[in-house]
Amino acid sequence: MSDNRFVDAIQAVTDAINENKDFLTDLDREIGDGDHGANMARGFNAVIEKLTQSPPADLQSGLKTVAMTLISTVGGASGPLYGTAFLRSSKAAENRAEVDAQLAEQLLRTAIDGIESRGGAVPGDKTMIDALEPAYTAFSECLNNGGDLLTCLEASCKAAAAGVEYTKTIAARKGRASYLGDRSIGHQDPGATSATVILRAFTEYFRNAEKA
Amino acid sequence: MVGLVIVSHSAKVAQGVVDIASEMAGDELKIVAAGGLADGAIGTDAVRISEAILEADTGEGVVVLADLGSAILSTDMALELLDEELKKRVRIADAPIVEGAVGAAICASTGADIDEIVEEAEASRELHKL
Repeated sequence: MSDNRFVDAIQAVTDAINENKDFLTDLDREIGDGDHGANMARGFNAVIEKLTQSPPADLQSGLKTVAMTLISTVGGASGPLYGTAFLRSSKAAENRAEVDAQLAEQLLRTAIDGIESRGGAVPGDKTMIDALEPAYTAFSECLNNGGDLLTCLEASCKAAAAGVEYTKTIAARKGRASYLGDRSIGHQDPGATSATVILRAFTEYFRNAEKA
Repeated sequence: MVGLVIVSHSAKVAQGVVDIASEMAGDELKIVAAGGLADGAIGTDAVRISEAILEADTGEGVVVLADLGSAILSTDMALELLDEELKKRVRIADAPIVEGAVGAAICASTGADIDEIVEEAEASRELHKL
């Protein structure tokens, strides 16, 4: 992936986050402190500004720039969580120029491992992990069955969306929502939702890039 | 002397805690505020925290006091950005920031080691005010 294509992909994510900003904030207002949408938008807008000012030399440095920008601009827990995701995946991207299906699987895995080690969440805690782990499983299974990158990304998006639905049925055990206990049941998790927005944005980007 | 870093979602709170704790401490003690985001918004910033730790360290390490939730995540992230040697001499105290910082500052000013300072800070959890 050339410099421009990485920035274009991140632009796609940023646009999706901005489109969903109010929705994410509303979700967070119900079971959190009502800032997730604003935080994520601030973070990704800063990322795009940084990437445009200083285009990354390669995929690895691009992912690292995303990480470092998010951790200093998002403000809430999603900063260090997504920041760690991008930072760890940047290490997996060393010396890699193209994102193929195998690398995508690795990037996703290292990202999720990063989030889990930073935040300590496990599946069932009602967090972004409840979207991301099923997404990874779906991607991986698809890849093992010979699926190409786009097919596997689509499978992972479906699984992530199902994960978001699942979060409605459980009580939060992590983060601000955990203060609400059972009262958080019936509400979808904002973090799981933003993770799904990001995954879908990457998927749509790859779909459009293939057509071009 | 061990240094202190005060992490808060609010820049004003972090600076305020530094001001209070500095009153209790001698001039030698380095206490650095790391609160809020660069634009003044409420939140925590791992880069800012890592820079504060670098500033507070004079070779004997740093004790960090942090307010809530993501302040700890951001501080953990900040530690990951530091070199291994420095990282080994940074501890986060599981303590309320104002009361913990005051206890830590007094203790650190006596030249205490990092374990004693963390213990002193964490003892403030048991403080009764009434």
